[in-house]
Amino acid sequence: MHDNAVFSHKVLPYFLIAPQLIITLVFFIWPAGQALYQSFLIEDAFGFSVEFVWFENFIYLLEDPEYWNSVRVTFVFSALVALVGMILALLLAAMADRVVKGAGAYKTLLIWPYAVAPVVAAVLWWLMFNPSMGVLPFWMDLFGYDWNHYVNSGEAMTVVVIASAWKQISYNFLFFLAGLQAIPRSLIEAAAIDGASPFKRFWQIVFPLLSPTAFFLLVVNIVYAFFETFGVIHATTLGGPGSSTKTLVYKVYEDGFVGLDLGGSAAQSVILMIIVITLTVVQFRYVEKKVQY
Amino acid sequence: MNKKLLVLAVSALGASQAFAATEIELWHAMGGALGEKVDEIVSEFNGSQSDYVVNASYRGNYNDTMTGAIAAFRSGEQPDIVQVYEVGTATMMAAEGAIYPMYQMMDELSDGFDQDDYLSTVTGYYADENGNMLSMPFNSSTPVLYYNKAMFADAGLPDRGPRTWEEMDEFGNKLLEAGYDCGFTTAWQSWIHLENLSARHDVPFATQANGFGGLDTELVFNSDVQVAHIEQMGEWQQEGIFSYSGRTNEGSAKFYSEECGMYTESSAGYAGINANAQFEFGVSPLPYWASAIDTPQNTIIGGATLWTLRGQDDDHYEAVAAFFDYLSQPEVQADWHQFSGYLPVTYDAIELTREQGFYSENPGTDTSINQMTSVEPTANSRGLRLGNFPQIRGIIDEALESVWNGDATAQEALDTATDRGNDQLRRFERANR
Repeated sequence: MHDNAVFSHKVLPYFLIAPQLIITLVFFIWPAGQALYQSFLIEDAFGFSVEFVWFENFIYLLEDPEYWNSVRVTFVFSALVALVGMILALLLAAMADRVVKGAGAYKTLLIWPYAVAPVVAAVLWWLMFNPSMGVLPFWMDLFGYDWNHYVNSGEAMTVVVIASAWKQISYNFLFFLAGLQAIPRSLIEAAAIDGASPFKRFWQIVFPLLSPTAFFLLVVNIVYAFFETFGVIHATTLGGPGSSTKTLVYKVYEDGFVGLDLGGSAAQSVILMIIVITLTVVQFRYVEKKVQY
Repeated sequence: MNKKLLVLAVSALGASQAFAATEIELWHAMGGALGEKVDEIVSEFNGSQSDYVVNASYRGNYNDTMTGAIAAFRSGEQPDIVQVYEVGTATMMAAEGAIYPMYQMMDELSDGFDQDDYLSTVTGYYADENGNMLSMPFNSSTPVLYYNKAMFADAGLPDRGPRTWEEMDEFGNKLLEAGYDCGFTTAWQSWIHLENLSARHDVPFATQANGFGGLDTELVFNSDVQVAHIEQMGEWQQEGIFSYSGRTNEGSAKFYSEECGMYTESSAGYAGINANAQFEFGVSPLPYWASAIDTPQNTIIGGATLWTLRGQDDDHYEAVAAFFDYLSQPEVQADWHQFSGYLPVTYDAIELTREQGFYSENPGTDTSINQMTSVEPTANSRGLRLGNFPQIRGIIDEALESVWNGDATAQEALDTATDRGNDQLRRFERANR
């Protein structure tokens, strides 16, 4: 066969992918297996009394209204982060695409925030929104609005969404801009000659052609909102007020690392793992079919 | 030639033995100025003798330190001493195989140890059912009320904090009338406005003597006194007399910026306030409801203790005992107390501080001690021993926040919190049976 001529060695391919395989096994599969095993245990913090309880941790979780609240918070939060991040990025990309002079400077500035570590970004927003010493509440106070996200759940959600989406805008912007620049000018020019308004041109031509990019970004943004926003929440609201910004990942941390309920926390990680696997499978299998490439 | 080498080797061996001091590890959670003070105390101990060396290392906040030490214990790499906050007490106590009770260790390895030297209201929190000390109460504090003297004078208020919560209403209104936006704010709301509130009014926070009697304890902080207080706080939040600023000590910012005239905070907040307040401030006792009790009970402590972990060589524990003896010395205690605002844990240290004239030079600094020692503690004011307490605190924070923002009434919020907290207690009981 022709293929054999290229890869004559049978062991070499495995040898070449071994580093990646080992990393995946050690840092992903093994801890995931540990989490799965621990989710079937109820044990004290030091591990003196360990009891195998099958699905008791899961039953406890699913019967806990707080857990369902956390599920709801996570979905609202992720949807908002993805929407805000993508809409603003698209808007900025569309504008940056039309800039003729100094385009490089604009682009650099817009991409810049992506280089900021999530926790640092969160601390910056925490400072700006701080009800006692932040500059934003100070300005709002001038307009007679009393901002306190330690008390008001809606305001707390706003803070974590803004702080999380802000970073992601740069990333989205980069992809949208690349997508926009890949659209043949001739298509848009033809539509313009036919008398389509700029708005119509965008919706009928540009947007459909951007849909693969948009879909890809949707997946990336939701996964980001699910898993990488811990630092933001930890630095700004600590999940409060009440439990209005306590996402599933934050709850895993709180129950496991603060509360030392290892079994319950592991069970939550396992559920999270299942959610993300399902989400990815569903999106790729069903949503992808409707996207034009 | 060979002989020469041998002599050299032998003498080197002798020298190294002479200098082989026992090294022990101390993990703590004291950052900033407090951390530097801990380093200072440790290096003074190391310099005071040549047998033992304590290596102190900062391990992040209380959560990080405790979680880190437990993880280390599970993999056999635990430190000799770990500083654990008061809400971790039940977890540490339940791990009998992991801890070396202080009274046992000191009985065996120290000659100068007498438990009666220590403040009973402090040691009681960390003692077993027979009253034996289980850990070294290194840094304990209790809530007090700080007030801004300038703002008080401006509003025509006397030079003292409100004695009762009834008076708080009056004081708060006066401040608002004088044009200020906020009467008081608080740090650590669950600790001050529920745990200490219950102790101060001699009502139980949980059954089984607040959990000292056994793991089958149940939360009962949804009874009249607590509901009335939280309801009033909720109303004050709407009126502006109270302004909520966060779960830990974020309220400091509002007190420093002179937005709020009063601040209920730990006595250990003294050093920070002293350093940051650009105005004269006073310290007064935590108010109580005159309608609920004639003579208020003592407040309870917060802060942390030093637990000795098992699994080390015997000579390590000699070092730990020597270090604890050193920490208990009146001079060391008095210095730590005066520097940080944490309570001195021995009677001698209080006496020494008084003799040194610290209390008369810094009025109000003895408020915390008077509050702790003026009355005999009862079963309701000895302390709290609850499993999964960090989660329960979280649940209480959530419940209180729902009252502050008007989502729930005090009764609803506290009912929900006791139910949810009881689930946590049952879970802890289940995991530790």
